Amino acid sequence: MSQVSTSPSMATLGVSAKPERRDIGLRRRYAAERRFRLFGMAAIAFGLLFLFLLLFSVVSKGYTAFQQSMITIPVEFSEQVIDKNNERATNPQKLVSANYPVVARNALAKVLGVAEDDRAGLKAVNGMISDSVRTQFRDMVVANPAIIGTTQTVTFLAHGDLDSAFKGQIDLSVAENNRKISDKQVGWMNTLVESGALSKHFNTGLFVNGASSRPEAAGLGVAVVGSLYMMLIVLVLSLPIGVAASIYLEEFAPKNRFTDLIEVNINNLAAVPSIVYGLLGLAVFVNFAGFPRSAALVGGLVLTLMTLPTIIIATRAALKAVPPSIRSAALGLGASKMQTVFHHVLPLAMPGILTGTIIGLAHALGETAPLLLIGMVAFVADIPGTPLDPSTALPVQIYMWANEAERAFVERTSGAIMVLLIFLILMNVGAILLRRRFERRW
Amino acid sequence: MKSLKLTLAALVASAAFAGVAVARDQVQIAGSSTVLPYAKIVAETFGETFPDFKTPIVESGGTGGGLKEFCKGVGPETLDIANASRAMKDSEIEACKAAGVTEIQEVKIGYDGIVFATDAGNADLKLEPKDLYLALAAEIVVDGKLVANPNKKWSEVNKDLPDAEIAAYIPGEKHGTREVFDEKMLAAGCKATGALDVIKAAVADEKEQHAKCIAVRKDGLAVDIDGDYTETLARIAANKTGLGVFGLSFYENNADKLKVATVSGIVPSTETIASGEYPVSRPLFFYVKKAHLGVIPGLKEYVEFFTSDDMIGPDSPLAEYGLVPAPDAEREEVRKAFVDGKIM
Repeated sequence: MSQVSTSPSMATLGVSAKPERRDIGLRRRYAAERRFRLFGMAAIAFGLLFLFLLLFSVVSKGYTAFQQSMITIPVEFSEQVIDKNNERATNPQKLVSANYPVVARNALAKVLGVAEDDRAGLKAVNGMISDSVRTQFRDMVVANPAIIGTTQTVTFLAHGDLDSAFKGQIDLSVAENNRKISDKQVGWMNTLVESGALSKHFNTGLFVNGASSRPEAAGLGVAVVGSLYMMLIVLVLSLPIGVAASIYLEEFAPKNRFTDLIEVNINNLAAVPSIVYGLLGLAVFVNFAGFPRSAALVGGLVLTLMTLPTIIIATRAALKAVPPSIRSAALGLGASKMQTVFHHVLPLAMPGILTGTIIGLAHALGETAPLLLIGMVAFVADIPGTPLDPSTALPVQIYMWANEAERAFVERTSGAIMVLLIFLILMNVGAILLRRRFERRW
Repeated sequence: MKSLKLTLAALVASAAFAGVAVARDQVQIAGSSTVLPYAKIVAETFGETFPDFKTPIVESGGTGGGLKEFCKGVGPETLDIANASRAMKDSEIEACKAAGVTEIQEVKIGYDGIVFATDAGNADLKLEPKDLYLALAAEIVVDGKLVANPNKKWSEVNKDLPDAEIAAYIPGEKHGTREVFDEKMLAAGCKATGALDVIKAAVADEKEQHAKCIAVRKDGLAVDIDGDYTETLARIAANKTGLGVFGLSFYENNADKLKVATVSGIVPSTETIASGEYPVSRPLFFYVKKAHLGVIPGLKEYVEFFTSDDMIGPDSPLAEYGLVPAPDAEREEVRKAFVDGKIM
């Protein structure tokens, strides 16, 4: 039977040495592919170019913020200035309210050889010292009153204008009265640099100090702590609520119009401008529930509301990606629906859920708009002890510094952006590591 | 077990929502971004000088927004002080009263100068209110008739001005600064050029006459800046012949990048503004909720500290930053009014 089908074409095939090639558009299709690759590469190059520009402009302006000019000189804690009438035994308040900037000024004037009766000279010397010496020296003296009357070598902050000049951020070629630092002060600066009294130190203050109107003493401390509190609140609230909501919607809820409506609303909420959540937070948490203004707690709650849709959408996608065979196998072996979800589906969906959560958190970390209305765009000097205390957030601090008039805040703005970027990179690297660690392929 | 867990959850939830209106132990301030740098300096120094009190919180958000929050009511969850770069309007006082904030104390802290500046590389610039009116008004008078502003270059406005395209970066309408600019420059220029008389002939309503005087051209040559002075500075760095409007203190901090214009021949400085020679200035205020005095720790002390000569006097840190101190008698009056508990 099968032998009947000897092909007649065998013969003809053998005859024609070169079969006629059908035009299958090979060249056109290769060209299209090459074109597409080119477009793709151009798109990536374009993106990289702007990433590079962003990083370059931020880093080139901001790297100097991590160093701060400090003056190290012997300082005489003169009893004459601090406690003229020797009242400190009876009135401890005296040590708190003493005029410490004068102590620092006299010390520097002595090093520079400025006479004690040269008022203009002393004023110029004063302009080289940060006002933060008041608290620094006060804390030293209050902690150890025995240093009154002795001479100690102390390192303290130079004034922000001197710092900017030392870092070359003030154009010294313009007329003297058009810049914040005089020729005399520049001369003194050079003397101090030569003698080694003025040098740049690592700027720990940038990470531990609160906001300040003096650029040299301003830091991200309050903002970092505030952001940390808010991220904790967002994590603790939005992860369980988001995951519970998506498990119910994905695994248990009946598919009907009502759940469809909920799904549409969740997707919509994910795209609502964040300022709207700020308005909601002001109305519900501050005005109705009576939470304190400017508190990290309120900020955390608002950001939780903002992050929830993102987490729900990511979690549902992760749950959907678990193959139905896993569920069927578990059910087939007699597991209850609940056991199926929690013992089999959820562990497999975990990497996707965690990635979604971390990306949601990173998004929340960079938000300022919803914080504006609940009073977190503010000047806060004291590090918050609890989430109920007033605080700010990292992006808020960047915004506040960007609007400052002083030159020294320019580098700090970029420095703060670098700190925020490092936080974001760490979080995203964490997301990738978690995914690598838990990912399973079928 | 299950019911225990449920009750616990319910307890936590209700504790979170009910009665957390805790007493506050630091002063809470919001308002004008012009007053913000001054308030920050005072708040910081206050916190350092009085270790018993926490450093006050100073929010930004604009005069209007600050007053609106201030007028929300009385109680620890509301603001204690609103900073303002203009006096409170009657409508705002009414809104305050309606919400139960009946006793407000006004404190004038000093004056702020508004300066006009271009890039430092330009030649000296001498401005008159009428130059700015002719350059920036929506409609000006040509041959006795009101027409859409035809001027495109500064030199067309006044031949002494540079031969460059008109470009002015003026504060947006939500800024308190804009009002001063409108009154002291545009309205004055409107009068000086005689345009006001022509407008008077055309429009009967006085309010509308004024509105016509201060209407700014919308053809892109005058740009509203809704951000802060930093944005204006960036605009001028990009367009070297542009003219920007700044606060005196901001200009003084960036004097190496900017060249300031004289107005009616007067160079703006703390002295010329204090003496009233330089025409474009305005008073700065803050408003205190009287009901909070004695309730919020440190509020009374903060106001007294702010109004002391150590802060707003001629040789004070605020004057150093750019605030124009009020005359001695006026500062004394402000302190007396606060101590006496004078309300608006």
